[in-house]
Amino acid sequence: MIRFLLQRLLATIPVLLVVAVVVFLLLRLTPGDPAAVIAGDIATTEQIEHIRESLGLNRPLVVQFGIWFGNVLQGDLGESFFFRKSVSELIAQRLEPTVALALCTIVLAVAVAVPLGVLAAWRHGGWLDRALMGFSTLGFSIPVFVLAYLLIWLVSLELGWLPVQGYQRLEEGFGPFIRHLILPSITLSVVYIALIARVTRAAVSEALTEDFVRTARAKGLPERRVLIRHALANAAVPIVTVIGIGLALLIGGVVVTESVYAIPGLGRLTVDAVLARDFPTIQGVILLFSVAYVLINLAIDLAYLALDPRIRY
Amino acid sequence: MTAPALRVEGLTVRLPPGADRPHAVAGVSLEVRQGELMCLVGESGSGKSIVAHTVMGLLPGDVRATAGRVLLGDEDLLHATPERLRRLRGEKMAMIFQEPMTALNPVMRCGAQIDELLAQHTALRPDERRVRVLRMLERVRLPDPAAIHAAYPHQLSGGQRQRIMIAMALILRPRLLIADEPTTALDVTTQAEILRLMHELQRESGTAVLFITHDFGVVAEIADRVSVLKVGELVEAGDAQAVLSRPRHPYTRMLLASVPALVPRKAPLPDGSAVQLRTRGLTKVFDGGGWFGRRRRVTAADAVEIDLLRGETLGIVGESGSGKSTVARLLAHLIEPSGGEIELDGERVARLRGNAARRFRRKVQIVFQDPYRSLNPRRTVGAAVAEGPLNFGAGRAAAWLRAGELMELVKLSPAVLQRYPHEFSGGQRQRICIARALAVDPEILIADEAVSALDVSVQADILKLLDEIQRRLRLTLLFITHDLRVAAQICNRVVVMRSGRVVEQGPVAEVFERPHDAYTRALIDAAPGRGFAFGEGSA
Amino acid sequence: MDTPLAEVATEAAVPAPAPRAAAWRRLLRNWSVRIGGALLLLLTLLSVLAPWLGTVDPTLIDPVNRDLLPGSRAAVVTLTGESFEHRFWMGSDSYGRDIYSRVLYGGRVSLVVGIAVALLSLFFGLIVGLTAGFLRRLDAVVMRVMDGLMAIPGILLAIALVALWRPSLPTVILAITVPEIPRVVRLTRALVLSIREEPYVEAAVSVGTSTFRLLYRHVLPNTVAPLIVQGTYICAFAILVEAILSFLGVGLSTDVPTWGNIMAEGRLQFTQYPHNVLFAGVFLALTVLAVNILGDGLRDTLDPRFSRESSNYGRGDRP
Repeated sequence: MIRFLLQRLLATIPVLLVVAVVVFLLLRLTPGDPAAVIAGDIATTEQIEHIRESLGLNRPLVVQFGIWFGNVLQGDLGESFFFRKSVSELIAQRLEPTVALALCTIVLAVAVAVPLGVLAAWRHGGWLDRALMGFSTLGFSIPVFVLAYLLIWLVSLELGWLPVQGYQRLEEGFGPFIRHLILPSITLSVVYIALIARVTRAAVSEALTEDFVRTARAKGLPERRVLIRHALANAAVPIVTVIGIGLALLIGGVVVTESVYAIPGLGRLTVDAVLARDFPTIQGVILLFSVAYVLINLAIDLAYLALDPRIRY
Repeated sequence: MTAPALRVEGLTVRLPPGADRPHAVAGVSLEVRQGELMCLVGESGSGKSIVAHTVMGLLPGDVRATAGRVLLGDEDLLHATPERLRRLRGEKMAMIFQEPMTALNPVMRCGAQIDELLAQHTALRPDERRVRVLRMLERVRLPDPAAIHAAYPHQLSGGQRQRIMIAMALILRPRLLIADEPTTALDVTTQAEILRLMHELQRESGTAVLFITHDFGVVAEIADRVSVLKVGELVEAGDAQAVLSRPRHPYTRMLLASVPALVPRKAPLPDGSAVQLRTRGLTKVFDGGGWFGRRRRVTAADAVEIDLLRGETLGIVGESGSGKSTVARLLAHLIEPSGGEIELDGERVARLRGNAARRFRRKVQIVFQDPYRSLNPRRTVGAAVAEGPLNFGAGRAAAWLRAGELMELVKLSPAVLQRYPHEFSGGQRQRICIARALAVDPEILIADEAVSALDVSVQADILKLLDEIQRRLRLTLLFITHDLRVAAQICNRVVVMRSGRVVEQGPVAEVFERPHDAYTRALIDAAPGRGFAFGEGSA
Repeated sequence: MDTPLAEVATEAAVPAPAPRAAAWRRLLRNWSVRIGGALLLLLTLLSVLAPWLGTVDPTLIDPVNRDLLPGSRAAVVTLTGESFEHRFWMGSDSYGRDIYSRVLYGGRVSLVVGIAVALLSLFFGLIVGLTAGFLRRLDAVVMRVMDGLMAIPGILLAIALVALWRPSLPTVILAITVPEIPRVVRLTRALVLSIREEPYVEAAVSVGTSTFRLLYRHVLPNTVAPLIVQGTYICAFAILVEAILSFLGVGLSTDVPTWGNIMAEGRLQFTQYPHNVLFAGVFLALTVLAVNILGDGLRDTLDPRFSRESSNYGRGDRP
């Protein structure tokens, strides 16, 4: 078991390294002068020189990487010239809305998708199964922002049940906090639900064809127990895996969702930074999201220990 | 007690459209009395498993019983509600299956899996249930029941898992136990133990047992009565000893004649025959696990010394894990040895590369075990057979001509070259694989469990074919098998392997009748039905 | 002794239809393929034949025709001074441009991007994946790099790349292709590894087949189907990502209409004039849906797991 832990941890390090290198290189890939790009269109030559100095852009690439990486490990993600703040500060400010949205979405998605997938697998080929598959394809196809607008139009404009846009901080009251998050969470979760439900259905269907399910039925166990204790329990690993991998979709969707619903989170920050060509911020945000993704998937790998005894022993 | 526990009357089970016949079984009647063991025998596709699943009510959705009655005691199971069937299962009738490796839930402890059965059908308290489970584990002769109770299935061997299945099946003392090929996937020594166990338990508890098998040796070993199925129809039934010694239906007679006797038939080649292939200290070690993975070092072959004489048929016998397949693949140059040497006609060949390796390949060819996966499903049979000659420089026309000749050699029509593998049966595919191997004109042919996946009648045909080909083409044959009967039928000499080592070798008659090694003796003793003199096989 | 062989030898040798023809027929009989394919064809034709379907110049600005509701008629004055009556089927935007024309022309960009990204990512992914699957030494390194690339959420990477390289059709295509390549590599590698384990590949090796021939005769044909299925899904995803890029304002500039930037421009007036956003949105959703349905249908018919020969009753594995 310890070996498994170590193995997983060790496997993560090269991945994080590659992420760091790619993110680092992003800026250097631009045609033209990176310093000029960072400084923006209205910078003076002195400002550009100053930036070049402070980032060490005159030094060899490997040295630059070393400096940058060292800074990152200490929490220093550079300065944003556009916002005139340190990137770390910017991120810290915008963190809460994004995390809140993400958590709401994940909880909603798992709570809806897994039971639906199990039911569809149980009634394989029935109307629920087909309806779910149809919904799943639809969910993958409707772009997040189109869905967002549809929902806003329907629920906020026509029916007036929920606020159109905006975000309320948690300190200012739980009620408004949730009310502002409902539509965005639903919008964002649709794609996630489509993915998880599909995989759940496939995994549980597969498990139901396994020999040990036949044994369980031969023992005269009620179908409910067979479904949950035998089929679902063995489908847990692929389901949990896809919850982890699907986070990538979630992160991508966050950017758009925050944009449409005017939520001041990291997604909005990314868009603003891109429009302003503020590379330190872009790098910082991408680095943060990628590292978070890798670490969450690592945690999920570790969850396998609890789910599959074959890994433990 | 001769009241029938199970009575099947005129059972007909319909298959979904698109199957190769409309009914899985038609008009089948049989009876299993309390306290007796009835064997249901047939080849693959005979429908014997379907009968078993019908009784238990475990048929897949689109397969249905359309006529007849299935009486468990006085109750017709075909008219029972799903809920009633569910209650009967486990308590009044139980079933154990063929593959112990996949029949248990991998994420649940073994004890818990037996316990849930008790929890479902009885009103016992948890501590009472635990006592009962432990006692049952003892009855199936599992060492250290407490540890097994807490263990997960993957921590146990195949034989142990099958014992757990038996424990689960018998713990509620059902009237009827159905066993669907429970020992087919086990090693022969393990099989012997499990058969013995089942026989004992049956005698003790008086359960009626319906035992499904394709192996007449098993029938000879444990059956009280036997029923024979052919393509969904019952052709013969009766007392086991009577049917085995005086079969009346031609099909039964044919099947029995196809079972190779355990009596060795061939003498070894005369002394002084040339050694064609020789291994010296041949070793293969497999290293599993990554940097921090489980350090799994498996010594599959350990200093193996074998001589293969020109023109002989040498058998390598052993159970799973004995290393016999590894040796076969080493000799076929599919893997490289970790140590030792192989000499072909005096030349060192173990570590050849490139063109030298290809030249070697022409001389030594191999036929694999699984006829269903040995041919690329997307290429025609002709392309598969012609591939060898094409690789070695033959022109297209010449290669296909050769393929046609080879088809005739293996008793298939050359016209089938245009067809695809899925259009052929297992036996036919194996013939095609033999043709493919012969296409490059080898001197040595290795058959790696080449008949193990085939029905006994088809097996007899293939063995006969191999014999003929060997004589005609003057091949040397290296035959890998776990089945001692097959070895007895066609080998001149035999090598017995265990855990990567050669434990005994010599002329087949000597090894079988006067074995030196204890393991060899155990292996021969374990062969089911050895007390019964089976037919000559195909002479 | 009667054996099945006797029948085979005497049977008239009518060659059975090759799997390829059978596969085509099965493909065309599948409902998902039919519906998805038909819908996609329709949408493609609409975009390709746009000039002849009652459209005007999609970039023609005319403040006089601002914010017309769908279905209105108005006079359009072209750059050359011609004037004619035109029905604005989907209304006009805040610059007076005909949304119907913009939506139809916008489809071109989406389709080009979708197909280009799919083809490019399959091409590069296949090459890298085959290499990783066959050359053990490179495998570990390549897979680590791919894992790293996959750790960066695709849209973010695409956004960053487009920001770097300045938006234009080639850069957008490239920016969306890069994050997709690792997935194709992973799929190809997995396929290669599993095919290499098959006994028939071993058998081919034992009759002297060289590695190159092995790849060509045995490995590649078995990778084609799953890759085609994957390709359709990539196409759908690429269309979505391009729309997102445009919507966020980081994609192609607005003088080339794309569904994404039509929606981006219309978002400010969404509450008053939803038609700006909704028409483009519906077309986008329908196109992606069509491609996804087509992909599902292809998967059901082409994926080896589904198209394996139906379990014969007398297969010989002792039922």
